Amino acid sequence: MAALRQIAFYGKGGIGKSTTSQNTLASMAYYFDKNIMIVGCDPKADSTRLILHEKAQNTILQLAAEMGTVEDLELEDALKPGAGIFAPENPHGWIQCTESGGPEPGVGCAGRGVITAINFLEEEGAYEAEGLDFVSYDVLGDVVCGGFAMPIREGKAQEIYIVMSGEMMAMYAANNISKGILKYANTGGVRLAGLICNARMTDFEYDLAKALATDLGTHMIHFVPRNNIVQRAEIRRMTVVEYSPKADQAIEYKELARKIIANDFKIIPTPLEMDDLEDLIMKFGLDLEADEDNIGKAEAEA
Amino acid sequence: MQDINNIVNGKDLFKKPEYQKVLADKKEFEGGYGAVNPAKTAEIAEWTRGWDYREKNLAREAITINPAKACQPLGAVMVALGFENTMPYVHGSHGCVAYFRSYFTRHFKEPTPCVSDSMTEDAAVFGGLVNMKDGLKNCAAVYKPEMIAVSTTCMAEVIGDDLYAFATAAKEEDGGEFLAEDFPITYAHTPSFTGSHITGYDNMMHGIMSQLTEGNKKEEKNGKINIIPGFETYIGSIRSVKAIVEAFGAEYTMLGDHSDQWDMPAGEYSMFAGGTPIADAKDCINAKATISLQKYATIKTMKMAKKWKHAGGTSNPIGLKGTDEFVMKLAELTGKEVPQKLKTERGRLVDAMQDSYPYMHGKKFAIWGDPDFLVGMVSFLVEMGAEPTHVLCNNPVRGWEDEIRAILDTSPASADCHIWAGKDLWHMRSLLFTQPVDFMIGNSYGKELMRDTNIPLIYIGFPIFDRHHLHRYSISGYDGALNLLTWITNKVLDQLDEDTKGIASTDYFFDLIR
Repeated sequence: MAALRQIAFYGKGGIGKSTTSQNTLASMAYYFDKNIMIVGCDPKADSTRLILHEKAQNTILQLAAEMGTVEDLELEDALKPGAGIFAPENPHGWIQCTESGGPEPGVGCAGRGVITAINFLEEEGAYEAEGLDFVSYDVLGDVVCGGFAMPIREGKAQEIYIVMSGEMMAMYAANNISKGILKYANTGGVRLAGLICNARMTDFEYDLAKALATDLGTHMIHFVPRNNIVQRAEIRRMTVVEYSPKADQAIEYKELARKIIANDFKIIPTPLEMDDLEDLIMKFGLDLEADEDNIGKAEAEA
Repeated sequence: MQDINNIVNGKDLFKKPEYQKVLADKKEFEGGYGAVNPAKTAEIAEWTRGWDYREKNLAREAITINPAKACQPLGAVMVALGFENTMPYVHGSHGCVAYFRSYFTRHFKEPTPCVSDSMTEDAAVFGGLVNMKDGLKNCAAVYKPEMIAVSTTCMAEVIGDDLYAFATAAKEEDGGEFLAEDFPITYAHTPSFTGSHITGYDNMMHGIMSQLTEGNKKEEKNGKINIIPGFETYIGSIRSVKAIVEAFGAEYTMLGDHSDQWDMPAGEYSMFAGGTPIADAKDCINAKATISLQKYATIKTMKMAKKWKHAGGTSNPIGLKGTDEFVMKLAELTGKEVPQKLKTERGRLVDAMQDSYPYMHGKKFAIWGDPDFLVGMVSFLVEMGAEPTHVLCNNPVRGWEDEIRAILDTSPASADCHIWAGKDLWHMRSLLFTQPVDFMIGNSYGKELMRDTNIPLIYIGFPIFDRHHLHRYSISGYDGALNLLTWITNKVLDQLDEDTKGIASTDYFFDLIR
């Protein structure tokens, strides 16, 4: 059996991280027979919805809160097999799903929740499952606290994929996440393995994403075009792969899956200063908008 | 006021008229007269002794009162002090560390070295990396330990500081000035808001054993036996266990041996004493067996020993049966006959147990403490025909309740013996009033219960702050069982004398010979 590979998807909130990761992982299971465990590290607990065909009913922290302590929790209460084609009895790869869960917005500490959840999985032997090929973490937002860096600690995810788009703030977030990875890469084995551009169809998106990847020292592993079939599948709580395996978009995810499985380009990122990041955007013809003289002026004025 | 020629302690000092007046004035100032109706107070106090209150008390969810357990880093600090020249280092708030040090010091009456990197507001926001870089360097430069063992407080755990990454970064920045590349900085995450001091013990022991042995696994086993004492607060117990292993002539490593650290002779102060040599700890992976004397305090650690394919397992050498099992395990592992020395010791214990049996038999006991301590003690009580009416453990571990029940089931009184998992000493108060016992066995926190209920307390457990030198004795092995027997039986006899001392009223049994 090949060694277990642990990967993580990071990215700005609302970028389509959970959708992209689930579609990609679904392709890895369906087309390439990989066995996968998804660890959702987002209090919203929506990292496994498309695989389970429902929102995860029981998150680790919710169950722990009900029982009073995480020590009383059993693995099978919190780790659920995927629905449909991802169930263990199917001929292709299977997917197991778990969600850390966490507090309601405005209270508590979601980062600590991620730590507790991952410790629980480790202690209960979730990583030792027979035939497991990949563990994938889907992590909310930027690496803003130690808890959200838990998945990239030593012995956890060693390859990080950043989901981003050509929008300024998504690129800013990608750069920030790279800073987080850099901190841990200096003392451990975690590496940046690529940017996944989830296209928003903004101006010069492809070029911008590619340029950012180059500046960070990595590659844009795939440019996922925008396609409404993703939303149609999502309404049925499905991945495109399962909803329509022959669709163009499914083939895009298949390609991304293939690239990830074959990927061995893993680097310590070289994050940009804020000024350099803005320069990068100017370089691609947005300079008109960002001209020094125009800063702070409304469209009608400029 | 104190009179310089006649210094008195607090017991008598506050009886002096000037203090009595201050106390009376204070009471008046605080509205003592009339603010509380003494009759109502007495009524409520009486109510708290009944079944009605007991049921409400047992249904309590929101708070814990007098929990009879401590938090994770306390156990981690104990592990660290069991290794030679090792400084326990707690990454987190200063106050927590002051507590660990004073807690141990009040129990052992010995100094307890332990440092902290004093995380404050800025560290909470920006992470504790800077504190750790400075702290490790300072610790190495000032105290020159052979190893630093890092644990964490709640604060560092909530913000998710990564000890592995921090320790590596600290070494890198130091560049070998104080922290050489091969200087061992071992670590364990010990969040206090989960588990208890025994969980922290397990985490740190696991951390040290796994990290020190990295890359040291050899093809051949070295024939040694590792012994892990667990959260052992009886210095004498560690020595008893060593004596048993040595009687077999077995080569062994006591992993985490703090017996000399907390038992230093008078003379020039040295910061560290005794402990497992680091070289032996590095080699512990190559042993043929690992025996843990506290199953519930070494769950994670023993899982690792199992992965290392070590024979051995867990064995609780408290009481006759417990010690027998430990001795037989050693006989099996060493392939040797049980030495005559141990057979003689055992014979003496059994003889003594027979002498005292009539006094302990049928007596009802309430007892509390750590899960492994209780397994051993309950087993011993049952061996002596005593009835452990209330067995209370605030920090039970999965499987503990079943194990205790199985021991109780060997007693004819099993049906009247109750196990209280996860309950605290305020629950115990209700239990003692509604289903009274003859004696309590526990730590110093039973002192108020003794005053409240008039049930005599036998001091066995941890912490013991208000009685001296008990921690120097053993409660493990045949000699340890003899100590238990002595303490318990003599308390029974003290009480018997107390109950029969009324001249010409109860003294028909006030005998000289018992």
